[in-house]
Amino acid sequence: MMQWFHRMASPAWFYRFSGKLIPFLILTFTPLLIIGLYGGLVTAPSDYQQGDAFRIIYVHVPAAWMSLFIYIVMAVYAVITLIWRIKLAEILLISSAPVGVGFTILALATGSLWGKPMWGTWWSWDARLTSELLLLFLYLGVIGLYRAIEEKRTASRFVSILVLVGTVNIPIIHYSVEWWNTLHQGSTITLTEKPSMHIDMLIPLLMMAIAFKVFYGISLLIQARAELVEREFNSRWVRELVEENSDG
Amino acid sequence: MTPRRKKRLLLVLLMIFGVSSATALALKAFDQNMMFFYSPTEINAGKAPENRDFRIGGLVVQGSVVRSEKSLMVKFDLTDTKEVITVQYAGILPDLFREGQGIIARGQLNDGVINAVEVLAKHDENYMPPEIADAVATAKEAN
Repeated sequence: MMQWFHRMASPAWFYRFSGKLIPFLILTFTPLLIIGLYGGLVTAPSDYQQGDAFRIIYVHVPAAWMSLFIYIVMAVYAVITLIWRIKLAEILLISSAPVGVGFTILALATGSLWGKPMWGTWWSWDARLTSELLLLFLYLGVIGLYRAIEEKRTASRFVSILVLVGTVNIPIIHYSVEWWNTLHQGSTITLTEKPSMHIDMLIPLLMMAIAFKVFYGISLLIQARAELVEREFNSRWVRELVEENSDG
Repeated sequence: MTPRRKKRLLLVLLMIFGVSSATALALKAFDQNMMFFYSPTEINAGKAPENRDFRIGGLVVQGSVVRSEKSLMVKFDLTDTKEVITVQYAGILPDLFREGQGIIARGQLNDGVINAVEVLAKHDENYMPPEIADAVATAKEAN
């Protein structure tokens, strides 16, 4: 078990394996996205209250879920970085941050576009919206801190601490709509209760959620491969890789 | 796990615990300010701030909406199913504003009436096709 773990964490092995994995992920992602979007925007019935405007949920909710999910994954890498000092965890941690920024911005922007016609305002300082904005600043802070420190192994350790400190924001975002009165409505889909959404509307939403997760996988691997080669450009396996490619 | 890693794990756990408790205490202290809106019951009990804008949330009482014929002025009652408070507002209402809908108004309290400067609609977390919403409503009336 531990041996398998160490082999998986070896940069050379990861580079080869991820290169083979990416095409499969793209093959999964594309049909999921197309069917999910078609289902959400065309075949799902319109809402009794919001009409067709509710359809923005098919981008907004999966993006918001991803913004939380990616941060939790980063926190796991942060713990591995701090305790086991595994280089690959450092790389996966920092490579996740730009994807997290993207999804957080997408969630905030689509939420704003949804809020104007339905609530009557683009933005409001309620607990859910404010804590999500804070999450965006955390992601940006992680990237900024990493770039600011020259020595990348040291940078990774500082970044890990920042990520772990920011983790307290995650339950706050999730429970904000329960703990306080907010303009934002409660959660439609929870792990413990029956979703308060019609099944024909729900299926495309879940497909979009899976598609977004796979998209995170793709962008994470591409980003991590680039980061890995950049950090290890002096090592033997990278030189071998370059020679292999120039021969063929 | 080596003793060194155990020590690191302990430090990480301690840090998470420390930051979490600090945040929990800070949120506890801010509790009142974190509330986005007050309910009519809270306002009638005198909990709302005076001479300062605050938000009130509630359902628009059926049949209470009165529109002025000359201006955009509109008057309606809000309820949390226990107490009722009257709101007046001059401006454009959001699309979702209707009787029975949950809304949030921001303004000041004057002689028991809220003079609102902003009215926002709040929608719930339920999504369903119109036919099913009708069926649910009929089933409720039948009971």
